[in-house]
Order: sequence, then C-alpha cells, then structure tokens
Amino acid sequence: MFQKSTTLLLISASLFFASCGEGVQKEPKPVDVQELTKNQNEEHGPIVKESDITVTNPLKSDWVTAGKATYELKCQSCHRLTGEKLVGPGWLGVTKRRTPVWILNMVTNTEMMLSNDAEAQKLLELCMVRMPQQNLKLDQAREVLEFMRNNDGEK
Amino acid sequence: MQKMILRSLVPVITAGLVLFTGCKPKGAQSAVSGDAAAKVYVAPGKYDEFYNFVSGGFSGQMSVYGLPSGRLFRVIPVFSVDPEKGYGFNEETKPMLNTSHGFVPWDDLHHIALSETDGIQDGRWVFGNANNTPRIARIDLKTFRTAEIMEIPNSAGNHSSPFITENSEYVVAGTRFSVPIGDNQDVPIDSYKQNFKGTVSFIGLDKTTGKMNLSFQILTPGVNFDLARAGKGKSHGWFFFSCYNSEKANTLLEVNASQKDKDFIMAVNWKKAEEYLKAGKGQKRSVKYAHNVYDENKHSATSEIMNEVTVLDPKDCPDMLYFMPCPKSPHGCDTDPTGEYIVGSGKLAAVIPVFSFTKIQAAIAAKDYDGTYDGIPVLKYASVLYGEVQKPGLGPLHTEFDDKGNAYTSFFVSSEIVKWNIKDLKVLDRVPTYYSVGHLCVPGGPTRKPWGKYVIAYNKITKDRYLPTGPELTQSAQLYSIDGDKMKLLLDFPTIGEPHYAEAIPAELITKNSQKIYKIEDNQNPFAAKGDNFARVERKGNEIHVYMTSIRSHFTPDNIEGVKMGDVVYFHVTNLEQDWDIPHGFAVKGANNAELLIMPGETQTLKWTPEKPGVYPMYCTDFCSALHQEMQGYIRVSAAGSNVPISFSTGKTVPDSLSATSNR
Repeated sequence: MFQKSTTLLLISASLFFASCGEGVQKEPKPVDVQELTKNQNEEHGPIVKESDITVTNPLKSDWVTAGKATYELKCQSCHRLTGEKLVGPGWLGVTKRRTPVWILNMVTNTEMMLSNDAEAQKLLELCMVRMPQQNLKLDQAREVLEFMRNNDGEK
Repeated sequence: MQKMILRSLVPVITAGLVLFTGCKPKGAQSAVSGDAAAKVYVAPGKYDEFYNFVSGGFSGQMSVYGLPSGRLFRVIPVFSVDPEKGYGFNEETKPMLNTSHGFVPWDDLHHIALSETDGIQDGRWVFGNANNTPRIARIDLKTFRTAEIMEIPNSAGNHSSPFITENSEYVVAGTRFSVPIGDNQDVPIDSYKQNFKGTVSFIGLDKTTGKMNLSFQILTPGVNFDLARAGKGKSHGWFFFSCYNSEKANTLLEVNASQKDKDFIMAVNWKKAEEYLKAGKGQKRSVKYAHNVYDENKHSATSEIMNEVTVLDPKDCPDMLYFMPCPKSPHGCDTDPTGEYIVGSGKLAAVIPVFSFTKIQAAIAAKDYDGTYDGIPVLKYASVLYGEVQKPGLGPLHTEFDDKGNAYTSFFVSSEIVKWNIKDLKVLDRVPTYYSVGHLCVPGGPTRKPWGKYVIAYNKITKDRYLPTGPELTQSAQLYSIDGDKMKLLLDFPTIGEPHYAEAIPAELITKNSQKIYKIEDNQNPFAAKGDNFARVERKGNEIHVYMTSIRSHFTPDNIEGVKMGDVVYFHVTNLEQDWDIPHGFAVKGANNAELLIMPGETQTLKWTPEKPGVYPMYCTDFCSALHQEMQGYIRVSAAGSNVPISFSTGKTVPDSLSATSNR
C-alpha cells in the first residue's frame, strides 16, 4: 500500500515536473545500455535437435567413462543410479522413459525445458526443486547419455 | 505507517509544486530542476549506464554503484574483514589481511584507480589504497574480488596512492607521514628535521596479469605527500605529487605546517628513475612487507613476507626530481586529458594555479631555479605557471575534467563545484553542494578520454539532507548533469563509510568480462570435494577435516559424529552448483567465526573449535531453493575420552529400533 501511494504521488509529481519546460535543450541520444544484457553470455547451449544426435551400438566405452566422471562431479548429488528418487529421479530406466533429445535438452537447456516442456514441468511438481543448470557442454552431455545407456544395461 | 508517509510526502510534493510552478529555481532548496527525476530514473529490470567505484573510507571497503540511479550493487571487501562474505574469517582469505604487523582486520580506503590502456579505462582492475597500515589492493573486475594486496615499507599514512600511469605501468604510493627510515627508528620525535624522511614508491604491474611488484622507492625530504597524478600524452613518463609541511613540523601541523606561502608539487621523471635503476644506482634496503595474492583456481590466498626494497636516493640521481612551488598547502594535483596542464589546489588558497608541462620542460632545460630544497632544484613559480584561475571559491581541493576542455574543481570551504575553462582559465559556472564537498568524479575524468555527462560530488557533511539516524548520519554523494552549459543537480544518494575518491566507467567495459561461476573442473583448492564420492570426514591428530559438498538443497555429509572435545574442526565446503547467482552459505551454531558464502564451483573453509559436548546444527544461510529451509545437518561432539567413531552420512535412514537406542 505504501509503495502504491508513493508511486502515485511520484508519478503525479513527475508529470507536473515534466510539464514545466526549461527551454529547448537537445538531449544527445542515450546509449542503449539494455543491449548490454545481450552481451551476457549465459553458458546455455543452443536447443538440441533430433538430428544433432546419433545413438549407436555398441556403446563407446570412452564416452561411458567420461560420462561417469561428469556424473560423479555434477549429477550424483541429486540422482542415484538406481530407481530411488533423491532430490531428482533415479536414473535407472531413464533412457527407456525419455528420448535422447529430451535428455540432452534437460541437461544443457534446463531452464528452457522447465519453462516449456510438459514432462519436465511434471517432474518439477514432483521434486519441487528446479534442476540446476550445471554448465555441461553438448559433448559432455552426450557422454553422460552414453553412461546412462550403460547404466540401463545397453551394450 | 502509510499515514505517516503520506503526511510527510504531501508537504514535500506541495512544496515542489509551489517551487516548480515558476520554473525559476532560486536559492539552495530549489536547486533541482524539473526533469531531474526522469534523468536518473532507471526502470525496474533496466541497467545503469555507468559503474561507479567509490572508496568506502574508514569502512576499509570499496563500494560499487550504478549511475545515474545511485543504486548500490556491491560492497567489495578489501582492507576490512566482512563476516557476510566470510572475508578475513574463512581460512582461504585470512592471508589477504596479513601484514608485517600480523593480521590487521581494518583499514581506511581512500582512493580509486581504474586500470588504463593508452590512457583510456580498460575495465580490467581497480586499485585502492590502505591509508593507515600502508598497502595497495588490486581488485579483479572479472570477479569483483580483491585479488592482491601489497604492503608498502618505509611508509606511514599511504595517502598519496594508488594513482596509475596511462598504460598501467605503475601505481604509486607516497607517504603522508614522513618517518624515521633505517635500522634505528627509536629517535626523539623532535629530531624530525634530521631523521625523518618521505618516500614515493612505484609498484610495477604485470601487463597481462596485473600482478604487483614493488619496483623501486624514491627517498625524499621529510614532507607530507598528499595526492598525485601521472602525466599523460606528452607528459607520460612524469608523475606529479602534491606535498605540504615543507616547514617539516612535527607538532600542531594545523598551524606549524601552514607557515609558508607556498609548498610544493614534486615532479618525478620516472623514465629517468628507470634508467638509474638499470644503471645500478638503486640501493637494496632491508625492510619487511607482506605481499598477499589470491589464487582464483585454488580459491585461496597466500601471504609472503618480503625482505628487500630498492631505493633511489636523489643525491645519486640528478634530474629525477623537481619541486614546483604551489600556494598554500596543496591537496589535489590533477593533470588534464592532454597532459599539458597540471592543476594544483591549495587547501587555503584563493586562486587555482595551473602549471604547463611545456614550461616545466623549458625551465628545467634553462635551469630556471629558485634555489634548492634539501638539494632538489625548485623551479621558479612564474616560469612554470600557465596561469591562475582568479577568485574561483574558497578551499579548492580536487579537479576532474570533461571531454570538452573544461575542468571541475571542488571547494570544501565554500561548498561548491566550480566549472572553468582550461584554456582561458575563466570560471563558467558554479553549483552549491550539500555540504562541504571533498572529491569529485567525472566518468573517465582522470584519463585521456573523459566520458563526461555527469559530475559526482562526494560530500563530507550531510546534516539535514536525510532522515536523521541519531548522531551519526549517512555519508552522501550528489549527481550533477554536465551535458549543458550549466551544471544541474539531479540526485542525492547515500554512500557507505566516508567516500573519498571514486571513478566511473561505462558499464559495457565491465559487463563483457564479468564472470558468472567458478568452473568446478578448474577448482584446485586442495580441500575441494569434487563430487559426492569425495565427500568425507577425516581425522588428522586432533584436526577433523570435513570435506562437504552443497547443492540445492542438501549438504553431503549432513550427519557427522566422532568429533571429540579438544578437536579443531575444518569444514571444507564445495559448492557443486554451476549456475549463475546460486551461492550456498554455511554456518554452525556457536562458532566464534563468521559464515561461509560459497560461490558456484568454489571451496571455502570454516574453522570451528567446539566448546562443549553436544549436537550442533549447521545450515545453509543463503536462500537457494524452495527447500532451502531443509538444507541443514547435525554434527555431534563427544567428550574427550569417548569412543564414538568417526562416521558421516547423508540420506541414510536408520531403523526405528536402532534410532530409539540412546547413548550409542
């Protein structure tokens, strides 16, 4: 309430001030500082498309190893390799439930998925913690996917 | 509440209406013009145009404001401990405040210097000086953190500091107090004239890392150095230091150091000093000073005590130093954007002398001297003077410059800013300040390329400008537009500590480099737990090391047992988040210490000595998610002789039958 009435007062005050001309003074065109926001390089990847990914067998064992290391550093705190839900869902069976493109977007474009994807939003309602953007590059995320497939028993 | 606000606002607005109706502001209270609000209004979610780095004075910190809004964004801890950020409390940052006198938790930060390339602000680093225990700090503008602190030996009252050369070759440090220098410093105070000396130090900066190195010191007569500016453009290679107390008084300086009609500006040919240094004219002196560096990969600082400094004595180095007479206890000493004019401001003077670099060079070539002072040539005032600004005001202090050939000088005694033209020395405009202005800032004002647009006054007294808060009132700044012919007051905004000098820089020069997270892969803190597999508790003698991770929203481990009385516990907390603006905090009940505030990807360490057996809660102090309130844990402390083994877990639930058993 306080805010509202103050704002009203200020608005009416500034309207009044604005009408009080001080003679014509050409203002230099102000720099569009809002352009600065665009320079802020959030390290979210571009949206992953179906065609960006190839999934082949047998699994690439070096990707599985690298994916496991990334899992332990950035994912393990919240995701178990079993079906048990900790902070987020357990990973067992995730590659059967979700498509590769869904998984990679969830990992590299977390905020986009939480805002747009119905399945991701269902999970948010279930877990009540927004999945953190953990700053994985696409190739790192792809390695994690390989590790997930390995965890799901693929050869 | 609402009623009260309304009641207090209505008369103000009404007064505004009355005043502005005529559109002819008269007198002090009507100094704000009609469009002031629009000019400083930055809409919610929008960015300011400039960053304003403002000294925090006796708070020891540096503050960061946006212009034109005057909004405070950050207080960067520099020379004083900051429990909010754990600065000076966590194990990683304690070495930053180490000195040759041991750990010093406070200082007085006076002046700001932004790094420059080709005389233009480059947005890489900002420097600040510690006035009490002489030091210079470098703050990295990628992270807005203090990256390095260097103590200055043979110095006391590091006031004339940390002014910078146009390619960031050096920052300088001149002594305010002259002091006994050498092995025997236990001398009678009244032997000042024989035993007390001043120094000016040149701290070299690494071109790419900014790392500081105390390159050399110049021994000077026992005067008090006040402020300084580097030459630029044509005068690059020279440095100008104002000094007072040429009387060499050691008591009641207020009277005794104001006897002479003129004191000096000392001109230093630092290119010449470099030559003497190369020629081996420097003497190695045994001293002690701390050099503290924060490693942003290890997230921790180290402090090294240095033992030697190279000193140049002007006796062995002719043509390196000159004194220029300057009326009445000069304070500010400012070079204009071209580097041709050096503006001296005598605190008690009634004129502003402007010296010409060309004339200084001619006078030196012609040996146009007015005798010597302690063996150093004194240039003739008339020979080096370009001209004097007549009747500018009372008590000139500091001068900044715009991009149109104008200078802005602050007047403490007459509480005003005076705009004058550098070429013809004519006063163009004056505006009152509320009250007793000290330093001034024009964006880019001390560089070869001022950005202009605003001048900000940093005032010493605020008196009736803000709601009263007991005997101590807020400190304050005032923003004026300098776009037009006339300066216009736009905004008052409160500041922390006492604001001395400040610089402002276009926002894009900083934002493009601003760092968002510390990459967890690059974390080289030896106590990092990079993933839950490394989360653990280890005993080393009577030290317990807890390697803990945090992520929204839990700690691993969060149940810890096996600590005994007599143990010292180190919580090494690694924030596994890799998302911008998601720090986690950490605090444990009863710790005689601060909190940790751990940025994404960072590891910080809290030392805790439990004072009695029991179970102590610990929790995350920085709201991190909907389940932040659940981000907590327990640590059990047992009696000295107890046989409770070290154990730790997260998310392990025990059977009811077992949890019902007490005194395990």
